[in-house]
Amino acid sequence: MQSTEELKKIASQVRRDIVRMVHAVNSGHPGGSLGCTDYFVALYFRVMNVNLSSWNMDGKGEDLFFLSNGHISPVWYSVLSRKGYFPVSELSTFRKINTRLQGHPTTHEGLPGIRVASGSLGQGLSVAIGAALAKKLNNDKSTVFTLHGDGEIQEGQIWEAAMYAAHNKVDNLISAIDVNGQQIDGPTSKVLSLGNLRAKWEAFGWLVLEMNGNDMDEVVKTLEHAKTLTGKGQPIMILMKTEMGKGVDFMEGTHKWHGVAPNDAELEKALSQLEMTLGDY
Amino acid sequence: MLNFEIKSSNDTRSGFGDGLSELGRTNPRVVALCADLVGSLKMDTFIKENPDRFFQIGIAEANMMGIAAGLTIGGYIPFTGTFANFSTGRVYDQIRQSIAYSDKNVKICASHAGLTLGEDGATHQILEDVGMMAMLPNMTVINPCDYNQTKAATIAIAAHHGPVYLRFGRPKVPVFTAPDHKFEIGKAWHIHQGSDVTIIATGHLVWKSIEAALILESEGITVDLINIHTIKPLDVKAIVDSVAKTGAVVTAEEHQITGGLGSMVAQVIATHQPAPIEFVGVQDSFGESGTPDQLMKKYGLEKENIVAAAKKVVARKVMA
Repeated sequence: MQSTEELKKIASQVRRDIVRMVHAVNSGHPGGSLGCTDYFVALYFRVMNVNLSSWNMDGKGEDLFFLSNGHISPVWYSVLSRKGYFPVSELSTFRKINTRLQGHPTTHEGLPGIRVASGSLGQGLSVAIGAALAKKLNNDKSTVFTLHGDGEIQEGQIWEAAMYAAHNKVDNLISAIDVNGQQIDGPTSKVLSLGNLRAKWEAFGWLVLEMNGNDMDEVVKTLEHAKTLTGKGQPIMILMKTEMGKGVDFMEGTHKWHGVAPNDAELEKALSQLEMTLGDY
Repeated sequence: MLNFEIKSSNDTRSGFGDGLSELGRTNPRVVALCADLVGSLKMDTFIKENPDRFFQIGIAEANMMGIAAGLTIGGYIPFTGTFANFSTGRVYDQIRQSIAYSDKNVKICASHAGLTLGEDGATHQILEDVGMMAMLPNMTVINPCDYNQTKAATIAIAAHHGPVYLRFGRPKVPVFTAPDHKFEIGKAWHIHQGSDVTIIATGHLVWKSIEAALILESEGITVDLINIHTIKPLDVKAIVDSVAKTGAVVTAEEHQITGGLGSMVAQVIATHQPAPIEFVGVQDSFGESGTPDQLMKKYGLEKENIVAAAKKVVARKVMA
């Protein structure tokens, strides 16, 4: 098991991967990817019990993760490869023709670690609930994790799923919302206010936790705590405060880097702020 | 001689319900989901016999499609049940991304398709569903014609890996296939041999096409009658072989003439065996309230319409 210090080192490398990947094809979504890096690293390198040696779609007996806001694929691809799902060198194919690393994640090209396509927003929570129900039918005690963008929860299907999970006590499910307060057209507060997220999810019957998603110690502690709260009759929601663009000063805290790649000079500046800890791909 | 006995009258949705019940007893991987229409979909027996394998979703069809996709992860074969309108148009993007593109083994079972839904009117009478589903890569589309064929199709799709759209209807209609009707996905049922015109029908229009063929044969026009229950993948060979023999085609379906069986048959014959073709179907309009019989008559989906289309296409053949 990796120490928190080791997780931080992995996160630094993942952030390097993200900015290099989007720079290489001059497209992709660095902002949300950088903001959620600490969550992904903690999840895959510390919290989730995954079966890496014999990856299969059914995922029986292992924890599952569903990325509902599929546009932050760069962070997921980096973490999956750094974990060992596929060669790190494949990160260089991101968004290029014939790649398994499509702009948005897909099962279509057979990339290990991905169990459903995402990109069109609002669908991942329903799919995760289905997978969680299958685990219950299979008497499989492992846990299902999901991540959503805060803008994404403007989609109505999220609330259909929220209502269902609470009513049916889907308590092997730990969801998280990346609360960075930004979406493509600007701050969520201006585009369409999310209101009191804790009150909303509690009113829907979920157990709500909050954490600073850019503090590795807190992320690990909260996710591990959430795991102890499964199996008690309630789905769990973690409201994860992050800063979009975290780790690259000129990308932090603005929606402007939601879906824009850095140019050569900006890449250099970004990489100078991110220590290479595991070697670049 | 074309000779058919109506064994009884029953609704195709009961064929689905009874097929699902049988699957519940024989295949432990089959699970069912419904969006608040259990009775309409005839799912009661499955639910009673397999309460742990049934999921009541509530009025939330998008969520139902997602949950169905998720249930396949873990090895289950989900059958979703709701009206055809709510099974397709309402949830097109969910089906496209989470099921078809993700290659999930979900069976989308859709009742009350078409005009024969009746009095509820156009909001519920979907006539575009076959086209929408058939356009999706990876999707199999099946529209059975009577109780026995619907039951057989329901059982058959559980053994087929991949997403399937199974379309059936509300009213009681003649049962004319055998109880042990052999159903093979993608394989047309060649109902009757003839040489003057090919009639290709699906769903509720199959019985009406049989009635039309009887009239045509009494007037000396012999009909090669084909039931296409699997609209995708189409049995191209059955269509081409028939048209090579007759040189004229009529398609009949309870669907818009754009995007459904007729469009797809036209594409096949234009590519492989060019011949005149006439389309019996809804002509780019919405439905309305009325009894199923009144609606089929008003919108031109009766045996008389098929007879007229057949005579017209035969005349066009002579001119050509």
